[in-house]
Amino acid sequence: MEKTYLQSIIQINEEGYLTDFTQWTKEIGAEIAKEQGIEMTDKHWEVIDYIHDKYKNEEALSIRGIKKSGVINIKEFYELFPGGPLKKATLIAGIPKPKSCI
Amino acid sequence: MKNLVILGAGTSGTMMANHLVSKLPKDEWKITIVDQYKTHYYQPGFLFLPFDIYTTKQVKKNGKKFIPKGVNYIQEKIELIKPEENKVSLENGETLNYDILIVATGTKIAPDETEGMDGPMWHKNIFDFYTYEGAKALRNKLREWEGGKLVIHITEMPIKCPVAPLEFAFLADSFFKNKGMRDKVDITFVTPLDGAFTKPKATEALHYLLEEKGIKEVTDFNIERVDYENNKIIDYADTEVDYDLLVTVPTNMGDALIERSGLGDDLNYIPTNKTTLQTEAHENIFAIGDCTNLPASKAGSVAHFEAEILTENILRYIDGRELKEEFDGHANCFIETGNGKALLIDFNYTTEPVEGTFPFPGVGPLSLLKESRTNHMGKMAFRWIYWNMLIKGVHIPFVSATMSKKGKKLEN
Ligand SMILES: Cc1cc2nc3c(=O)[nH]c(=O)nc-3n(C[C@H](O)[C@H](O)[C@H](O)COP(=O)(O)OP(=O)(O)OC[C@H]3O[C@@H](n4cnc5c(N)ncnc54)[C@H](O)[C@@H]3O)c2cc1C
Repeated sequence: MEKTYLQSIIQINEEGYLTDFTQWTKEIGAEIAKEQGIEMTDKHWEVIDYIHDKYKNEEALSIRGIKKSGVINIKEFYELFPGGPLKKATLIAGIPKPKSCI
Repeated sequence: MKNLVILGAGTSGTMMANHLVSKLPKDEWKITIVDQYKTHYYQPGFLFLPFDIYTTKQVKKNGKKFIPKGVNYIQEKIELIKPEENKVSLENGETLNYDILIVATGTKIAPDETEGMDGPMWHKNIFDFYTYEGAKALRNKLREWEGGKLVIHITEMPIKCPVAPLEFAFLADSFFKNKGMRDKVDITFVTPLDGAFTKPKATEALHYLLEEKGIKEVTDFNIERVDYENNKIIDYADTEVDYDLLVTVPTNMGDALIERSGLGDDLNYIPTNKTTLQTEAHENIFAIGDCTNLPASKAGSVAHFEAEILTENILRYIDGRELKEEFDGHANCFIETGNGKALLIDFNYTTEPVEGTFPFPGVGPLSLLKESRTNHMGKMAFRWIYWNMLIKGVHIPFVSATMSKKGKKLEN
């Protein structure tokens, strides 16, 4: 599927997750966040940076990982991304929804 | 003489000892296997023990019986693996040298990872069924329990045998029906996943079954703590679920030995090549079964498929040949659905559980992803197969280590 953000055509899947990370920009991330009712702050971006790091190193994302990240505690994580924080944060970060499960 | 040492004599370690004893020349290789316990437990039986379907005797046997002659069996706790020195030290102070090491120490529950879980109410109204002690304590509780809110809960993924909690929910439904008290029991299934199972295809089939049996689902629940004073589990989003009886699957972790030896990840699982089973860090250390970080189900059937491939790779490694990159994550699990029926699922790293027949294409007799009585018979036969074929390393006829696509309704 395709969707237009800030005049660029972006490839997404049926749940709205970007299927091509190279199309992601910070501005697009902020647009996606807005759709989720989230106004991005520095703290939000710090979390997104952490998530990008993990993604680039092919490390799995999990609540446990966030707990140990030193970036944020889980309560704050839920406050920043209400609802399903991992799902929302990865959506905004332009990477696939985590499958922390087998 | 060269030394091959196997750590852990559970499902995987016992299978490897049986495979290798006939393959390695006796005058060149000495095989040693170490485990801390005398007893070999049939863990899949822990699902049935709480409901008095199996007796305690049916789920445990003397482990030594299953270690073949010609293999040196040591019953001792393993203290440390020293990869730089190719040595393993045991709790009694003994040291073992190895040329090849196979780690098969499995995974176990870590209820102390969750606040309030293994506090004063542990095994009083909060139970696990992943240990012999837990399953037995829960059996005693269920014999006298008069009803109320039963909550079946998964703490975090991955867990071994990821379908077991669901099976527990289905069996509980039948159990209370048969006791004539289903109307007194409210069953809720609580999971950190966004559905009943980890694979979307099977989740649909299983969701339908939960609904049919009147079992409620709470999904996306990441537990923060157990409030054992008020009988509630609470998640990070402040969602609360009340219970009278909590049956939880605590966090699963590899043995602390792996952490002490600096060989594990966050959950003490050993980073392992997912196709060859060689560990990422040391070429003469291999890992099999639940102790690895493989993105495959942690199940005895998976370990069985791995064992065939690992045996081949150990022989190749000894000969200095290239390792076979063959393991595909093949899993084959019966899912007990209650009332004498079961489902069967077959999947691997990349292919989702599908419908069809197994093991003979188009014939069966087992049907994939569909409830049937024959599947239930298969699940019950698994106990016999386990003690008599699986851990003895006997090849199970018609079931291949890698997944077959024949007779299955695959999607593109
Ligand atoms: C409730 C339940 C239901 C299940 N149902 C099924 C099913 O239907 N089908 C299926 O295929 N699988 C099922 N499984 C999973 C299956 O039992 C495991 O995947 C399998 O036993 C894994 O084998 P393993 O050898 O890797 O680990 P284990 O069999 O757990 O063996 C590990 C061994 O290592 C030893 N060890 C660990 N650390 C040390 C140490 N420091 N010193 C000395 N010894 C040590 C332990 O004592 C243990 O004997 C189920 C599991 C549970 C809990």
